[in-house]
Amino acid sequence: MFKLFRAIAIAATLISMTTIASISKAADPIRIPVLNWTSQIVMANVMQQIFQEMGHTAELVPAESASRYEAVRIGDLHVAHETWESTMALPFYEAMDKGGLIDAGSHDLITFEEMGVPNWVIEEGLCPGLPSWEALKSPECAKNFATADSDGKGRWLEGPYEWHTDVMPNRLKGLGIDDLWTVKFAGSADALWAELKAAKAEGRGTVIFNWSPNFTDAAGFTFIEFPPYFEGCRLENGGSLETTGCGSPKGWLKKAAHIKFPLSHPDAYKFYTKMSFTAPQIGTMADLVDNQGLSHADAASQFIADNRDLFDLWKN
Amino acid sequence: MFLDINKSRPKQFGILFLIFFILYFFIPHNESSWLWRLPPLLKDIPLMINNLLDNLMFNWFKIQVWDPDWEMYEEKTLFRQITRGIASGVLFFIIFIREIFLGGVQTISSITGDGLIKAFNWIYLPALPWTAVVIGAFIIGYKLQGIYLGIVASLGFLYVSIFGQWEPTMETLSLVLFTAPVCFILGLGLGIWGFFSRRVEATLQPILNVMQTMPHFSYLVPIIVLFGVGDHAGAIATIIFATPPMVRLTILGLKKIPPDVVESGLMSGCNKFQLLFRVLIPTARRDILIGVNQVIMQCLAMTTIAAFIGAKGLGFNLKVALNSLKIGKAAEIGICVVIIAVVLDKLSLAWANKQKNYFSNLSFIQKNKPLFSFIIFTFICGIIAYFSSFYFAKGFNYLYIIPFDKGLTISPYLDSFVDWIWETFFYYLNTFNVFLLTSVLGPMKQAYLNMPVVSTLFLVTGAGYIIGGLRSALVVFSLIVFIALSEYWDRALITLYMATFAVGVSAIMGITVGSLCAQNDFTTRSILSICDFFQTFPSFIYLIPVILLFGITDTSVMIAAIVYASVPATRYTVEGLLSVPPSLHDAGSMSGVSKIQRWTNIELPLAFPHMMLGINQTVIFALFMIVLGALIGTEDLGQIIMGCLSRPNGAGIGLTLGIFISFICLAVDNLIRTWADERKKMLGIN
Repeated sequence: MFKLFRAIAIAATLISMTTIASISKAADPIRIPVLNWTSQIVMANVMQQIFQEMGHTAELVPAESASRYEAVRIGDLHVAHETWESTMALPFYEAMDKGGLIDAGSHDLITFEEMGVPNWVIEEGLCPGLPSWEALKSPECAKNFATADSDGKGRWLEGPYEWHTDVMPNRLKGLGIDDLWTVKFAGSADALWAELKAAKAEGRGTVIFNWSPNFTDAAGFTFIEFPPYFEGCRLENGGSLETTGCGSPKGWLKKAAHIKFPLSHPDAYKFYTKMSFTAPQIGTMADLVDNQGLSHADAASQFIADNRDLFDLWKN
Repeated sequence: MFLDINKSRPKQFGILFLIFFILYFFIPHNESSWLWRLPPLLKDIPLMINNLLDNLMFNWFKIQVWDPDWEMYEEKTLFRQITRGIASGVLFFIIFIREIFLGGVQTISSITGDGLIKAFNWIYLPALPWTAVVIGAFIIGYKLQGIYLGIVASLGFLYVSIFGQWEPTMETLSLVLFTAPVCFILGLGLGIWGFFSRRVEATLQPILNVMQTMPHFSYLVPIIVLFGVGDHAGAIATIIFATPPMVRLTILGLKKIPPDVVESGLMSGCNKFQLLFRVLIPTARRDILIGVNQVIMQCLAMTTIAAFIGAKGLGFNLKVALNSLKIGKAAEIGICVVIIAVVLDKLSLAWANKQKNYFSNLSFIQKNKPLFSFIIFTFICGIIAYFSSFYFAKGFNYLYIIPFDKGLTISPYLDSFVDWIWETFFYYLNTFNVFLLTSVLGPMKQAYLNMPVVSTLFLVTGAGYIIGGLRSALVVFSLIVFIALSEYWDRALITLYMATFAVGVSAIMGITVGSLCAQNDFTTRSILSICDFFQTFPSFIYLIPVILLFGITDTSVMIAAIVYASVPATRYTVEGLLSVPPSLHDAGSMSGVSKIQRWTNIELPLAFPHMMLGINQTVIFALFMIVLGALIGTEDLGQIIMGCLSRPNGAGIGLTLGIFISFICLAVDNLIRTWADERKKMLGIN
């Protein structure tokens, strides 16, 4: 009796699961990942609203920045619309190698990621000679950037270790200033912004890793000018100690899509390939939320209304 | 001196430490020596897990699946079809519940297909107006306990709606309303099975232990691989985290049933089914419902973590707010989580304490009066919302759904409060920070890293042997040697150093504060509410103020861990002291003890076993927060676990390191539990 009951129960769950699975497959909304920075979320909302105008259902799915490429590859997400060269190129191309992810073009801008200082650090003269990296050679300068755990050295706050692994420590060695400066890895982007705020309140200098376009552009942020980047200058690409002091490359901002997206939603895919934002436009999206206090969805509607002709062009 | 060594535990520990220090100072630091570091024999485990997952998802048992987009058959593995089937089933239910609260078309379109919605674009599942939900909460509270609970429940929902967090709260609530019943059914089923079969219980026990002690982040990536990202993935992670207490409490409740009850059931001629559902479960009702309460709390504790793999709701908004340093906004969202937790906690406890009335003979209408009144009120609210849509013709219909971020806000005040703390305390705290880093934490870290592996193993195994004999020694040794045989031993040592410091400080703080507060009724109640608050308040929020005050240093991680880990130490101390029978107090007073003497000689020894269980929880909480501290910036196991979240093939490493942390917890658990059990036996507490 008990066994029979168990068998029936298992069978019932399996059958109901599969039927539900099959019926819920029928509706296939376009799934757009939302990450945790403003411009990306607003852009996701813009795409959602445009796709809805075109008669599709579109859904926003919270995701993590690098693991989403695997999700795009196997079709759990349809798009990944902000792909930064320096931090995300690796998982992007890994997913492409395995098959299932396609490159749907780039945005109309050049991204830049580098160590830098907030403008007030230069204005206060904490390190005369910035933004040229030569200024970092002075011990007086380094002292203004020291923290409790940095052993008297100036501190560079780099993003999480997995972003660029040992590039920054190697750069310090390459420039020959590793006796004055040390690299600390922050755990998350949140920690970087908290450091910006804390350093300002404290009046202590800070060198942090940052990128542009970003919401910090509004408050004023200057990137340090390092020796120019060239292919193969870094240690891991076959460079030597003489060349590893090179700066960061300028990069692209790509759009990725699942391989079936062009087939399942052709018109949406066409719009997606044509869609290409410029740096000021991305800045506006972030500004609408961060400084004007709109919600992400409202900012998207506002942005679409302000740039109606552009979107009409891309839709056709 | 050594004659009574068999009896004196302090002397045994003394000798243990002596040998430990001899080993510590005399083993050379030589990377190739096995005495210094064991070779990484187990370093292939993460790779094996990855390969297993990869093969399951893409290589083994391939079947042909029709693909409507390509219009051809595609090869997919059976396993992947099953996991994806489960995923979409789970998603369907979550969206269905969500659309009851917020309205939408997805449920209808997934049942009937896209065509119907496209043809008739007026088809739409309307949302429950928020007014109706508030009234519904009042009715449930009133029905379960009385007018007081009704008011508390409705005020909670009212707060959430007025502060403009209605939509994310309902998204979170829909996730909880799906996961909690699933955890309940799973937990009850497994618990009953474990109760009937000794072998099942014996297998369940270690699995539950690992599930409860593993940091959540370590199983997020495997879930992404198996089930994809989205609300369903968040729900599945929550189910893994929230089911174990339900299983445990079910087994506990069923075991507590006196044999007479079973006998009388059998005498009345129950078959196995009737015995289970009519006799055993109703008798264990209270324990089982406490389990439900635990499940709900755990589900809410997971909201922010589920947001890492795609769950919408309060947790996700909180992460976004923190990412642009809007601490006030984030705290406001955190308060909403706490409020929902408090309301659901009180409702479920009231349900647990409510006695079933077997004798009243009510008609159908009388029995379902609350339901009918809810339907009537919903109808009225719906009509009001409909008419108010003409009044609020432009913009938002505030009597239907208050849109996100359009309510009142207290975030400017919270922000200025954080600023005020900074301005007032920063310079004192900075001096303290420098002192702590350079004279305590730095040397301590170095001391841990200088520990030869043999001396560490000797210390833990010896402690196991002294406390629990050969059995404990073997258990603890194998748990720790497993970590030592990996390539992450140095990082594990850093984790251990942070855990030791955090647990030490939290235990001292918790026991002191708990003892002081337990002296008086009012303070007891306040400290327990504060504990509740910190346990449900999402811990992410205070990471940022802590960074502002202490910078990106180990101190920040320690402070965050201590705030979080003091909670169980305090709670168990208070509970332990309260459980000391008042007659013993009186007996002590009659013998003329002072307050201090009573505390040290009567209360503390009696409450000690329970307090030790609190320390046990403190270890788990501290390790959890240290892993989370990787968001600030650490160099321990946690850093890699968090890093795995953004690596497509991070599943294996994340899972393995999660198991390492779980093993540390289990080793500590084994020692403390054996010790506490022995003390209990000595004191004659069951």
